[in-house]
Amino acid sequence: MAQVDQAQLLEFLCRMGDNTLVLGHRVSEWCGHAPVLEEDIALANIALDLIGQTQMWLGLAAEVEGKGRNADDLAMLRDVWDFRNVLLVEQPNGDFGQTILRQFLFDSWHLAMLTGLTTSTNTEIAAIAAKSVKEVQYHVERSAETVIALGDGTAESHDRMQAALDLLWPYVGEMFVPDAVDDAMAAAGVAPDLGALRARFDAEVSTVLRAATLTPPEGGFAHKGGKTGFQHSEHLGHMLTQMQWLQRAYPGAEW
Amino acid sequence: MSGESDTAPEAPKRGQEWPLWEVFIRGQHGLNHRHVGSLHAPDEEMAIKNARDVYTRRNEGVSIWVVEARHIAASSPSQKGPLYDPSESKVYRHPTFFDIPDDVGAM
Repeated sequence: MAQVDQAQLLEFLCRMGDNTLVLGHRVSEWCGHAPVLEEDIALANIALDLIGQTQMWLGLAAEVEGKGRNADDLAMLRDVWDFRNVLLVEQPNGDFGQTILRQFLFDSWHLAMLTGLTTSTNTEIAAIAAKSVKEVQYHVERSAETVIALGDGTAESHDRMQAALDLLWPYVGEMFVPDAVDDAMAAAGVAPDLGALRARFDAEVSTVLRAATLTPPEGGFAHKGGKTGFQHSEHLGHMLTQMQWLQRAYPGAEW
Repeated sequence: MSGESDTAPEAPKRGQEWPLWEVFIRGQHGLNHRHVGSLHAPDEEMAIKNARDVYTRRNEGVSIWVVEARHIAASSPSQKGPLYDPSESKVYRHPTFFDIPDDVGAM
C-alpha cells in the first residue's frame, strides 16, 4: 500500500464533501416549489441527507487539514475556486425533470463510489461511507423510478427528459476520469478505482434509461474542471452568493 | 365497458390528479398498523416511497401499508343512530360487573 499524501487526502475529502454540499443546496432550492407536496418533502429529505453527509466529509477534511477550521468554515467561507465538486452537481435545477435526471446520474455514481468506500483502508472514510450508502440507496431508487415514469410518460415529459439527458450527459465523464489525486487514493486503497466504477454505472444507468425510453447522446465528450477546481461553470459562483451570504454579511452568526 | 379499450383507468380521476392513498404505519413496538394520514401518488410503489418521506422522517415506523382511498368501504355518518345508539342502553355488554383481584394487576 502506498503512503497517503495528506494534501491529496484533503483534496479527495473536499471532493466528496463539496459534491454533497453543492447538490444538497441545489436540491434545497426546490423547497416550497416542487410540483406536488409529496415531491417537495422527498426532495427536502434528500437535500438534508446530502447536507448531513457534507458535515461528515468536510468535518474530516478540516481535521486532516489541521488548521483549526471546521466543516462550517469550509462550506461557508471558501470561495468558488476552492470548491472541488464535479460540474454536474452545480448545474442549475432547470425544470423538475432536469433536476431528477441530474439527481439520477449523480446518485448512480454516488452509490457505486460509496459502496467502494465502505471497504476503504481509512477507517473514518469507511464509517462515513457505511452511514451514507444506506441513504443513497434510497436516493437512487427514487430518482431512477421517477426518471422512468417521466421518460416513459407523456410526449411532453419524454421530450423534457430527453432534453435534460442531452444537456447533462456530457457532465458524466468528469466523475469517472481519474487524475493524480484519484490515482493516489486508489493506490493506497483509500478509494475505489474510478475507471472500474464506470462499468457498474453504465450497466445500471443504461437499464434505467432504456426503460425510460431515453437515449444518451453520441460521443464521449466530457466537460471537466470542477473536481480539480480548475474551472467551474458560472453557475457555482451565483449559487455560493445565495448559500454563503449570511456568513459573509454577518461573520460568525449563529442560531 | 364493452367495446372500450381495456387500458381504460379503473376509476374516474379528477383531471390529472394522482389518486389518493391512505397510509398505515406500524411503530417500533410491534403494535398494529395505525392510520397516520393520506397522500397522493401515481402508483402503489410511489405511494410507499412518498409515505416513507412524508410520515416516517423521525423514525416513526418499521412497516408501511398503503391502500387507495377508493378501496376503503366506510360506514355512513347518517347511519350513526341505527348503528351505534342501540348499544348505549345495554350496559351489560361492558364487562364492568366483575371484581378483579388486586393480584391480577393491570387488565
